[in-house]
Amino acid sequence: MDKGRSIEYGAKMQKFTKISSVAAPLERSDFDTDQIYPKQFLRTVKRMGLGDYAFYDLRNDPDGTPRDDFVLDREPYKGAQILVTGRNFGVGSSREHAVWSMMDLGLRVIIAPSFGDIFFNNCFKNGLLPIQLPQEQVDEIMRSAKEQPEAEIEIDLEKQTITRGNQFTFEFEIDAFSRDCLLNGLDDIGLTLKKSVHIDTFEEQMKKERPWV
Amino acid sequence: MGNRTLFEKIWDSHVVHREDDGTCLIYIDAHLIHEVTTPQAFEGLKMNDRDVRRPDLTYGVMDHNVPTGDRSVGRAVYETEAVESREQMDTFEANCKEFGINYFDIFDPRQGIVHAMGPEQGITQPGKTIVCGDSHTSTNGAFGAFAFGIGTSEVEHVLATQTLLQKKPKTMRVTVDGELAPGITAKDIILGIIGKIGTSGGTGHVIEYAGSAIRGLSMEGRMTICNMSIEAGARAGMIAPDETTFEYVHGRPHAPKGEDWDKAVAHWKTLYSDEDAEFDTEVHLNAADIPPLVTWGTTPEDVAPIDGIVPAPEDFADEGKREAVIQMLKYMDLKPGMRMQDIEIDRVFLGSCTNARIEDLREAAEVAKGNKVAKGVKAMVVPASSIVKKQAEQEGLDQIFIDAGFEWREAGCSMCLGMNSDTLSPGERCASTSNRNFEGRQGRGGRTHLLSPAMGAAAAITGHLTDIRTFKAQ
Repeated sequence: MDKGRSIEYGAKMQKFTKISSVAAPLERSDFDTDQIYPKQFLRTVKRMGLGDYAFYDLRNDPDGTPRDDFVLDREPYKGAQILVTGRNFGVGSSREHAVWSMMDLGLRVIIAPSFGDIFFNNCFKNGLLPIQLPQEQVDEIMRSAKEQPEAEIEIDLEKQTITRGNQFTFEFEIDAFSRDCLLNGLDDIGLTLKKSVHIDTFEEQMKKERPWV
Repeated sequence: MGNRTLFEKIWDSHVVHREDDGTCLIYIDAHLIHEVTTPQAFEGLKMNDRDVRRPDLTYGVMDHNVPTGDRSVGRAVYETEAVESREQMDTFEANCKEFGINYFDIFDPRQGIVHAMGPEQGITQPGKTIVCGDSHTSTNGAFGAFAFGIGTSEVEHVLATQTLLQKKPKTMRVTVDGELAPGITAKDIILGIIGKIGTSGGTGHVIEYAGSAIRGLSMEGRMTICNMSIEAGARAGMIAPDETTFEYVHGRPHAPKGEDWDKAVAHWKTLYSDEDAEFDTEVHLNAADIPPLVTWGTTPEDVAPIDGIVPAPEDFADEGKREAVIQMLKYMDLKPGMRMQDIEIDRVFLGSCTNARIEDLREAAEVAKGNKVAKGVKAMVVPASSIVKKQAEQEGLDQIFIDAGFEWREAGCSMCLGMNSDTLSPGERCASTSNRNFEGRQGRGGRTHLLSPAMGAAAAITGHLTDIRTFKAQ
């Protein structure tokens, strides 16, 4: 394959250092990946250009006519890079299309009290930052996003902070390895391939201990 | 030693390398792949000139997107499907061929839902680490394997390296002791567990299911339980292997043979949680207390006993949940206080990796036998695999279903997720043996009630949700 196509195909891992953006409020809990990216669009073999399918059923009438009342289609949230939402965001299906389509819409950060495990992992592989915060802090960001919609929130991955002017600063947790990969846009497959010698050794041992595998 | 959980034993034996922050590179013994979550992964490999490290440990099958109409017509069966569907399967086939991976296409007698295929072929074994780009990979944990769903980037990582970067999850043990009441199935147990711990109760955990009621289940029942672990938020569920497990695995195409079999069984017998093992979380259920359960809402924790009523928002203490319930009742078009048994249905789906194995079809056929599907109800049976389908036909189950007015279809994921043309229309209400009742899951505007195969068949006959304990033919 022509490597020049990698732009169209998508540089897999986008670097993340610091962003500043309005935050779009999506007040729903248990918002599953079927709702983020409906099944009929899973027939694709691509990972780029899927933004039109993100949140499709909420953004289009049953006959396919686009609506304009979904939070990410409304000013001033249109083009927001931050989504703040309820508990258990991204539960259900493992479809990474959910992440790809949200990134194609321009999102870079999802703030929620909790996430579906597989979705959470998928985010890091693409440069979407999922931030888990206590419910009270999410509530405050949600309130701010609704009441002062045009105020920007700054997310600083290096410092691990979320700041809204002089109104609030929250710190967030992220494991060191994922943080490093995001900050530097590292391809984790490339990193693992550098450890091939460990894998070779493991396989040698496995042949002796569990020859039936 | 002497105080590890089943999960920890498997984890420890698969760590290839440990990062400073505790992230581990773990080895993957079996990688199951299908047509929907792999094309972008293969494309990634090609972009970077990378190869598949262990095509011999990679097993492909087409399932999610396949047509379930009569396949004896050959490729014409694709006529009901979108052009992209066929292209996706052709892409899968081409990728498997290019990288030397064995796969089953829709005409292969071993084709089926990936989580039915793995166990049937003996690929799924105790002590293995098993992954697949599908959240219901947890099904395979029924054999005492550590099996979990992954995203496409992780699929690519496994293809290239046969390993995955993972944080060690926490452990939870769910113990179900006692005797199940008559008519209660594995589906009711797992719906009961999810109803109790909630859809995020298992987040960050691997669940081990234990207790006499779990031990007493067949492999089919155990797979139903582990299958829905993800619906409780857990990535994996597992059950310690025992004679029931060994008997199921023995003699299957990929099962160890001869001397290897003895060695394997000796190893598998060490796979249990030690008496002094500590779990991060413990949950207990009394089997005798579990009634037949059906979901009323749009998450799998929203369950009610079949002889109960639809709850009201004010029945819930949590404010967020109350608001969610208002939305759910609106979507499901249900009123608080309504009897569950009065809920009328339009469609019945007996299928999916949760509940379409041979035992499930036998239970449903038992109910359907000599009866007729209610007027106005459209009911379909989609076996989990072509092997299940063939066996059911040898047992005459197909004829029972057909005589009762059910559609008898070819194997695949079908209306569990509605990727192919098997979908609900807006407003249609379906009694489904699958695993997710999310908004729009089975078709935009469709309404799903999850239940056991016997209860699904009973609903088809009566036209409304029905208590299997008091079900009588019309």
